[in-house]
Amino acid sequence: MNATAATAPAPAAIPKAAFDWKPLALLVALALAALPAIGSGSTWVTLTVAGLAMGMIVFIIASGLTLVFGLMDVLNFGHGVFIALGAFVATSVMGGMADWTGSASVLHNLAAVFAAMLVAMLAAGAIGLAFERVIVRPVYGQHLKQILITMGGMIVGEEIIKVIWGPLQIPLPLPEALRGSFVIGDAAVEKYRLLATAIGLVIFAVMAWTLARTKVGLLIRAGVQDREMVESLGYRIRRLFVGVFVAGSALAGLGGVLWGLYQQNVVPQIGAQVNVLIFIVIIIGGLGSTLGCFVGALLVGLMANYTGFLAPKVALFSNIALMVAVLLWRPQGLYPVTNR
Amino acid sequence: MTGPLLELRGVHTHIGAYHILHGVDLAVPEGEVTVLLGRNGAGKTTTLRTIMGLWRASQGELRFRGESLKPLATPDIAQRGIAYVPESMGIFTDLTVRENMLLAARAARRAEQLDGARLEWVFGLFPALRKFWLYPAGKLSGGQKQMLAVARAIVEPRALLLIDEPSKGLAPAIVQNLVSAFTELKKQRSTILLVEQNFMMARALGDGVAVMDDGRVVHAGRMAELAADESLQQRLLGLSLGVHP
Repeated sequence: MNATAATAPAPAAIPKAAFDWKPLALLVALALAALPAIGSGSTWVTLTVAGLAMGMIVFIIASGLTLVFGLMDVLNFGHGVFIALGAFVATSVMGGMADWTGSASVLHNLAAVFAAMLVAMLAAGAIGLAFERVIVRPVYGQHLKQILITMGGMIVGEEIIKVIWGPLQIPLPLPEALRGSFVIGDAAVEKYRLLATAIGLVIFAVMAWTLARTKVGLLIRAGVQDREMVESLGYRIRRLFVGVFVAGSALAGLGGVLWGLYQQNVVPQIGAQVNVLIFIVIIIGGLGSTLGCFVGALLVGLMANYTGFLAPKVALFSNIALMVAVLLWRPQGLYPVTNR
Repeated sequence: MTGPLLELRGVHTHIGAYHILHGVDLAVPEGEVTVLLGRNGAGKTTTLRTIMGLWRASQGELRFRGESLKPLATPDIAQRGIAYVPESMGIFTDLTVRENMLLAARAARRAEQLDGARLEWVFGLFPALRKFWLYPAGKLSGGQKQMLAVARAIVEPRALLLIDEPSKGLAPAIVQNLVSAFTELKKQRSTILLVEQNFMMARALGDGVAVMDDGRVVHAGRMAELAADESLQQRLLGLSLGVHP
């Protein structure tokens, strides 16, 4: 048997797909354009790191949602409940590990944070499984009903959170070792934001590797384009969808922990507050596109931080303006998924 | 004597409020190419999609090797060894040719696990696929996409190929290439149910023929008989192509 053909590269004369660098160039252009407007290099570094950290957290939250939409055409407006659940679970876990979060040991601090992340992901994943089965599955293919019932699911989820944790804001302070900043030259870079950026990069790398290098990833990418054809090839896409839904919910739970620590407090409406942002991100990125979601989240994070500093009054509007500008340039988003 | 590989009896299909198939009877013998002919809207594509379980039969029986396909979901039907090449080709345009082929080969988890000998055979039928192996499928021409769609269906041995209008919109040279490939498949005794509007292609490949109209099979027989009977062609297809021995 000859397996060489399967791995034989295409002749050199045949070009492979040219990677579309323009959206990444837009990211760099935005950052560079902000530098003269801000004036101070150190402030620019601080804002850029803050923007990247915020973008990474938003990416972690939004990545599952965009895949769920791409795979099954499901508009899940209840995604925010997993964010809120993750954040509240973190308050309980880290509250229970107060000795560790208050300790001067970096190891203890990080262990408490990662324990909170793990438990939040497990809880959000488990609730995601039930949410898909009870709320989403009966309304496959019915967009209006999906919007209504998933929003209803989020409202019910928020009320259950209020019953368990109470209706009031709960503080979620950073552990000792993650407070404060590294000072690089004149720029102050918050330690926690660096951690959030690093976690976001790891999640993106794992996701990119899974999608590009594994058969499950191949099935997800194919399913986003044409799920009927994937089924005709003999694969059960519903199982794949449930897996992606659970993974997306778990990631939203992780994002909830990171967002809660970013804000240093949590409220039951935290999910609804972030929901608008994540829908902007997945629309900017191109519905169903993971890379688009990543670039879109970073754009949103940078834009929010730059405008928050330069013109606080327009900061709320800035991401809507960004979405309008991107859609005027690319109506299908930065990295559109074809065949949809 | 064994029965046909695939048999449809009195199959009705509804799509929403529309009643599309009105009792289709069809037999596809093993090792033969059966061509499904008929005007646009006669129900040919719906018949293939109903066999694949993409639309559910509301009435009637579909049997593959004696087993009922009705209770099975599309992935289960595909796993019985039925490959489907839709009219739209169903190519994953964001994936490379290699990734498209890897997805079709259910037994392989990585490209290195594809059956090399069979792949060489496929490349022999469609040389362009070797050339564009790492190329995104969306960048291929229409004819190359159709070749990929067929190649995907045969990258692993399949018991039955359902192929929907492969010549549609293609240049004559490409159609000839496809005819050559299907002729090779026919020599290998592949069982094919081919929907085709191009009567020349249908005549070149078909052993058996079924003509559909208004959601029913109105004629079933041997292709040689239809090719030889101009009045039958005229009556069934509205064609007057002369007698083709």
